[in-house]
Amino acid sequence: MDLERIRNFSIIAHIDHGKSTLADRILELTKTVSGRDMRAQVLDTMELERERGITIKAQAVRVNWKGNELNLIDTPGHVDFTYEVSRSLQACEGAVLVVDAAQGVEAQTVANAYLAIENNLEIVPVVNKIDLPQADPDAAAAELAELVGGKPEDVLRISAKTGEGVAEVLDAIVERIPPPSGLVSAAAPPRALVFDSSYDQYRGVVAFVRMVDGAFAAGEPLRAMAQGTRFEAEEVGFFSPTMKAAETLGAGEVGYVITGLKDVSRLRVGDTLTSERSPAAEPLPGYKDVKPMVFAGLFPTDSDDYPALRDALERLKLNDAALFYEPETSQALGFGFRCGFLGLLHMEIVRERLEREFDLDLLVTAPNVAYRVLERNGEWLEVHNPAEMPRELDAVEEPYVRASIIVPKDYVGPVMELNNDRRGRFDHMEYLSPERVLLAYELPLGEIVLDYYDQLKSRTRGYASFDYDVAGFREGELARVDILIGDEPVDALSMIVHRDAAYSRGKALVERLRKEIPRQYFDVAVQAAIGSRVIARETVKAKRKDVLAKCYGGDISRKRKLLEKQKAGKRRMKQVGAVEVPQEAFLAVLNLNEGSKK
Amino acid sequence: MSAPPSAAPSASAVQQSSPGLAAAPAKPTRPLSGITSDALVRHLYVHLPFCAHRCGYCDFVTVVGRRGQHTAYVDGLLTELELEGELLAPELETIFLGGGTPTFTEPHELGRLLTALPVAAEVTVEANPETVTPALAALLRSSGVDRVSLGAQTFQPELLGVLDRVAGPDDVRRSFYHLRDAGFDNISLDLIYGIPRQRPSDLDADIEEALALRPEHLSCYELEAKPGTRFTYAYGEELRRQAEAMEGYFECVVETLARAGYRWYETANFCRAAEADAGRRDLRSRHNLAYWRGRDYVGLGIGAVSTVRGQRWRTTPRLGLYLAALGEGRRPPRELEPLPDSVQREERVMLGLRLDEPLPVAAVAASLDVDALARLERLGLAEWVPLGEPQHARGGLTLTPRGRLLGDAVTADLLA
Repeated sequence: MDLERIRNFSIIAHIDHGKSTLADRILELTKTVSGRDMRAQVLDTMELERERGITIKAQAVRVNWKGNELNLIDTPGHVDFTYEVSRSLQACEGAVLVVDAAQGVEAQTVANAYLAIENNLEIVPVVNKIDLPQADPDAAAAELAELVGGKPEDVLRISAKTGEGVAEVLDAIVERIPPPSGLVSAAAPPRALVFDSSYDQYRGVVAFVRMVDGAFAAGEPLRAMAQGTRFEAEEVGFFSPTMKAAETLGAGEVGYVITGLKDVSRLRVGDTLTSERSPAAEPLPGYKDVKPMVFAGLFPTDSDDYPALRDALERLKLNDAALFYEPETSQALGFGFRCGFLGLLHMEIVRERLEREFDLDLLVTAPNVAYRVLERNGEWLEVHNPAEMPRELDAVEEPYVRASIIVPKDYVGPVMELNNDRRGRFDHMEYLSPERVLLAYELPLGEIVLDYYDQLKSRTRGYASFDYDVAGFREGELARVDILIGDEPVDALSMIVHRDAAYSRGKALVERLRKEIPRQYFDVAVQAAIGSRVIARETVKAKRKDVLAKCYGGDISRKRKLLEKQKAGKRRMKQVGAVEVPQEAFLAVLNLNEGSKK
Repeated sequence: MSAPPSAAPSASAVQQSSPGLAAAPAKPTRPLSGITSDALVRHLYVHLPFCAHRCGYCDFVTVVGRRGQHTAYVDGLLTELELEGELLAPELETIFLGGGTPTFTEPHELGRLLTALPVAAEVTVEANPETVTPALAALLRSSGVDRVSLGAQTFQPELLGVLDRVAGPDDVRRSFYHLRDAGFDNISLDLIYGIPRQRPSDLDADIEEALALRPEHLSCYELEAKPGTRFTYAYGEELRRQAEAMEGYFECVVETLARAGYRWYETANFCRAAEADAGRRDLRSRHNLAYWRGRDYVGLGIGAVSTVRGQRWRTTPRLGLYLAALGEGRRPPRELEPLPDSVQREERVMLGLRLDEPLPVAAVAASLDVDALARLERLGLAEWVPLGEPQHARGGLTLTPRGRLLGDAVTADLLA
């Protein structure tokens, strides 16, 4: 195919602004999918994706429009997958930036637009959902033009739902987005960017690639340049929208390579594939190893499910190189895994897939971030679990993020207040329109993993949109707070907090636990301590009466059923020393602020 | 040996006459030593559902008014007695007439019923104070009744109002003396605590008033918010608060009554201790002891429950169905519940630990969690008691006073 007739593009948008619907319309309009096969949102293949309306794994599909070959590279819509988004964008020359006509620009829109601009992409701005009664296309178009530095009249106005304006989007893609450049000659050492991969049970790892230089043919021995992994291309081809084998994949094209590799971690997104016969001298720029930043313990509710959880994690990991896990033993929760995630949404998705696709009943501990600890012996240690934080140390570093928050101007005060509470450092503020403001902050990631987003939503009546990316590690005045129930330290409840907040957080947690722990046969002390110093204490009073007064001949069956219920309740408890603690209590950290701020 | 109560003829009758009630197939249950006995039943309960009105907190099977049906109902009971006769020993240990308000039944019909019932060593009738006249007391006495359980509930007029009770405090006292005058030397009073608006001082006063009457027996119940009652609808939230506020109060009731010479022989029941009784009598309710000791019993009347040889059944609560079946000489529809050995053992533990006498452990050992038992002993909630009889070589288990106050949780632990 003549490079001049190829266009590689992504659609980027905030959740629910209509990315998938637009993709569906494009597939229909270009007759890539017949009306009969059209399921809503063809590109989102995982059950969970379709249900939540978000795209988790990027995919690529080839469509034909007026004699041109258009490769639509789908991107994950959420910030947790920034790295994947940026790999997808690197595979393109342009991006369609979609904004909801009723909602306007959101924080994710901004983040994605900046990513696209950083990658030198030509942006085709589109205002979607103009058919909605509450749509304000002019305002949305003005915001969008401001954001990408264009003119409001260049912003396309469409309804992906009705199909209005979609043909014009395809025309604009051909007109405005430049064709790919690259070394077309078959003799050129080939280079292809791996922008995503998936795992097929029968065929192993399938790499999604953008050919930059040269060409690959089926059967060719290949090498991943950063990782050094070698394999033979069992098949090459493209998506239309399902996999279609081809003889070669040429420069500028987007498609797949079936590698036969049995382990997704051997082929990382961002790596460059080249041919073993005529290897390229330099890989494509930009590969980096993604590191999980948010950690949580995953424990099966029923300890018999431990092997099933291990198998499920193994299987998820095949398809999700960013997922990290290692066995963890908690004296309170038994055997489980400490898992690392890119961010909160990633965690939520993994958890839901484990529960839904693998039918596991899980207990997920409060998430924490990765810490870097300078030990007394001068060595740096990375800590993923508050219970592993050494009590003797020289310094602790915690991850910080650059956060952008977009709110109507009336809510700037409450947002600033929240950010100050969360140790945020104000960076700058800009007006996107007379009504809407972007606030840029630096915040410790540890301050947003718990309930920051809920707080932000409730303080702005749901108007705020929020996005972040990790900026790096910085030293912090942090303390490890341990919780003791009946004098037994409970590892699963340890937390790492800023020194100034240690007392109030410790107090809030023990108060919460007092409410969560049912009264026992004896008084139970619940304490928060830093080292051996107790900073807060509550007592769960012993119960004095627990017996049903009346029980005669006609009451026995009913009484027995109540007893069965009571027995079942006891079985759900975890034993901490002599104290029975309901599993929910271990999640008390998660909603510490509930009640106090309602 | 006679056939089990749910043998084929009655089971098929159940299915024909009441499609809505679950009829489990009759299954002969292997008699288990110490759990099930194949002996004839020696305890009879008779349900008299009629009431002048329904009290808001009540969830018993009751029928308001319907004086015209008292005769038909007593006829039904007597037919049912005849049908179940083969289960019963010729001479019974106990008979208990409960309700409803048994003493609201037409006196002539009540008398006819009492006269027709088999002979028993203890015959108890439940009575509401406002129904007890000297004539009624005399009728009961002359019909073989030797024990009356009087529903006093409380002596505070406004709290009686909350409970929808008709009787006033004076009615309670008056009825008590009518019974004494008629020669009753074994009278029980029911008290309820945890009534909405009840203060601790009200309960103190109730106990004082009750003790002043010198009853042989007292039952003290915490008011329960039973699902579906008018009362729960009106007072549910308040009852929950009351239960919390008065949590420690039952301990005081136990202490006060113990000081006054009463034996706390079952979770909610007290009797004058033998040493404190002129006749050195054992004044525990023999009928109710039979339930708590896991004995078999037959219940007659609507909504009545029977437990015989590993089977439990509950007769239809619907008066019309009941009368229609018995009018044709058939058994009324019943809901059957087979009780496998494991369930019988659980019930033995659940009921036996309510008593102040040791539960012989041999028969229930298979259901006990020994680790939990050791823990409960360490916490001072349960104790082993040597029984001294060779058949009880493993001894008996009993709960300490504190263990009895926490009996439901302790039982759940022991059986876990």
